Amino acid sequence: MNSAAPSLPSSSQNVVAAPSDDKRWRIVGATMRRYGFAPSALIETLHTVQNSFGYLDTQSLRFVARSLKVPLSKAYGVATFYGIFRLKPHGEHTCVICTGTACHIKGAAKLLATIDRCANIRDAETTKDNKLSLVTARCFGACGIAPAAIVDGQVIGNLSPETMEELVRRCLKS
Amino acid sequence: MQTPQHLDAKNGRIVNLDDLKTIAEQEALLKSQLKHRIFVCMGTACQSCQSADVLDSLTREVSTRGGQAECLVTPGGCQGNCAEAPLVVVEPGGQLYRGVAPGDAASVIDSLKTGPVKRLLCDTTAPFFTEQTRLVTEYRGLVNPERIEDYIAVGGYIGLLTAVTELTPDEVIQQVTRSGLRGRGGAGYPTGLKWSTVAKAVSEQKYVICNADEGDPGAFMNRSVLEDYPFRVLEGMAIAGYALGATQGYVYVRAEYPLAVKRIEKAIAGAQRHGLLGNNIANTQFSFHVEVRLGAGAFVCGEETALISSIEGGRGLPCPRPPYPAESGLWGHPTLINNVETYTNIAPIIRNGGDWFAKIGTEKSKGTKTFALSGRVKNTGLVEVPLGTTLRKIIFDIGGGVPEGHKFKAVQTGGPAGGCIPAEHLDAPIDYESLQSLGSFMGSGGMIVMDDTSCMVDVAKFFMDFCATESCGKCIPCRVGTVHMRDILNKITTGEASLEDLAQLEELCDMVKYTSLCGLGQGAPNPVLSTLRYFKDEYMAHIIDHLCPAGVCAGKGQDIRRPACVL
Repeated sequence: MNSAAPSLPSSSQNVVAAPSDDKRWRIVGATMRRYGFAPSALIETLHTVQNSFGYLDTQSLRFVARSLKVPLSKAYGVATFYGIFRLKPHGEHTCVICTGTACHIKGAAKLLATIDRCANIRDAETTKDNKLSLVTARCFGACGIAPAAIVDGQVIGNLSPETMEELVRRCLKS
Repeated sequence: MQTPQHLDAKNGRIVNLDDLKTIAEQEALLKSQLKHRIFVCMGTACQSCQSADVLDSLTREVSTRGGQAECLVTPGGCQGNCAEAPLVVVEPGGQLYRGVAPGDAASVIDSLKTGPVKRLLCDTTAPFFTEQTRLVTEYRGLVNPERIEDYIAVGGYIGLLTAVTELTPDEVIQQVTRSGLRGRGGAGYPTGLKWSTVAKAVSEQKYVICNADEGDPGAFMNRSVLEDYPFRVLEGMAIAGYALGATQGYVYVRAEYPLAVKRIEKAIAGAQRHGLLGNNIANTQFSFHVEVRLGAGAFVCGEETALISSIEGGRGLPCPRPPYPAESGLWGHPTLINNVETYTNIAPIIRNGGDWFAKIGTEKSKGTKTFALSGRVKNTGLVEVPLGTTLRKIIFDIGGGVPEGHKFKAVQTGGPAGGCIPAEHLDAPIDYESLQSLGSFMGSGGMIVMDDTSCMVDVAKFFMDFCATESCGKCIPCRVGTVHMRDILNKITTGEASLEDLAQLEELCDMVKYTSLCGLGQGAPNPVLSTLRYFKDEYMAHIIDHLCPAGVCAGKGQDIRRPACVL
């Protein structure tokens, strides 16, 4: 997100001006319009912001809060309450390790240890070179193929520490 | 796909049972023109094993041979045995192929003339397939989840149109009551009773919510049902809307299930196009709209009042009940909240009558239940059995038992609010009451098998860590109690705990269980209580001998205490 100064809402119209002329704000605007700028659209809108920009920063929270007429504290509260929202950007690659019961029983901890050893990162951390972010998830329902991970959007099941190591090394290199 | 002639006049709207019949006949005709239909599972497990590539290569193979006219390759639903993904079914004949690679396309297409490919063939006479009763998953994944015509061809929407055109709302509720269906989210509240409470509430606006926030770790039944049979969930919701006098429904689904979200959104659009959702369904006064609301990774939102706060756009904080959502729910209006699987059962109940459904299951627990079988068991995947089936049958007959010569230790049901059931209770029937008497809980249907390589204290710690992290923080017993319990369990697994700590843990269990505001806190002590009840010896081994019998907290026979710092 670039840092153009957010313009103040003009009193003549209901719609708050987007923080910048970045086209992605139009997608965010479309979501809010679809729900008639109702305060209840807060979570849906934050999903759209995160899907478009990768994370939620203060500027986007401020914009969404003003547009939907909810206090900024509420937008911040929601953004920090729900596990999916993040306030910092991810690295180039993202690895989500499932830590649900089935994956726990089948050795998710070993996968996390492997990543820690290879990339020196733990849950919710990103490598210094910004190549790889690690996130843990509370079960994404791939229990039949546990232990599972999602690497850059792709679900990978039946992982061994060796395969995990290979995946991490590939992410770090590319 | 062409729309049947006489439907065109009504802009493709389906308004009565004859329209459904026309479409079903048209589909049957199309089917009869095809010699073969090949279904490639597009569920999460199969997709992670490149089933999309398998679908592509099969489609290419058929078209290069010019066989499109007589062989249809289509995306299908879950076959259940996810451990052997990706799965492909060939109809007619029902050959099930497992572990199919894109390179196998030629052999599979060859096999249509020469006979099954033996090396890929899955034995469908195995107990995994024969011992199941398919009701929620009755189409066995053999309908394309993205085509409404496929669903109509197997009897879809007969339930809704029968209800709307031939039954009064009261009669619909009567059928649901007679069926004996109980909530499939876990608590088992009688569905008919819930419906009639909302129906009796006087309000201009009522809401129907489908709880698809399947947060229990180790449970994926709802995901699978939404991915494979989204139309049936919508049909069930619409029938509920008609019975209750509600015009608006919401499907609250986890954002962690992108495929399920996509399928349900597509199904809503498809149903609207055919007039099976929207204004004046079946040309009557009944209108019903459905919208999708995404969860955002908060376990507590599976609790109904927290789910309502979340749909309203706020943090998912639960509220004290009463008033129950049936009286004052979403935006203060009477609201029905049922689980995905509960709605899935509605259409067949209306189609076949409540008495038909009541014949399945036990005296107090009717129907079937889907379970997500996972952990240390040979056949992991999705299974469906009549309620009253024993745990032994599910784990050893259907599941094939514990692999690699290990010994069965316990099965965990009910998610973080559930408990671990040991080997001596394997012959207990699975129903709401008996699971509760064993210190566990039906839950939404996760079933995780553990063997001698699992440490029960570690398992209890895992769940307590889950609850402590997921506690919303509104009430103190849950917010503080779960953290304290986790700390004590941590001390036990590192050999630093005393017997006083254990006594305090038991005391805390009691306090948190009886004083927490919602189900999350009330259920949080259950994994500890059930492991203490059946596996106290493991706790003692950790506390007194500083050993972990399963070799999880430290290697077998090794002291679990952290080595003292030498510096």
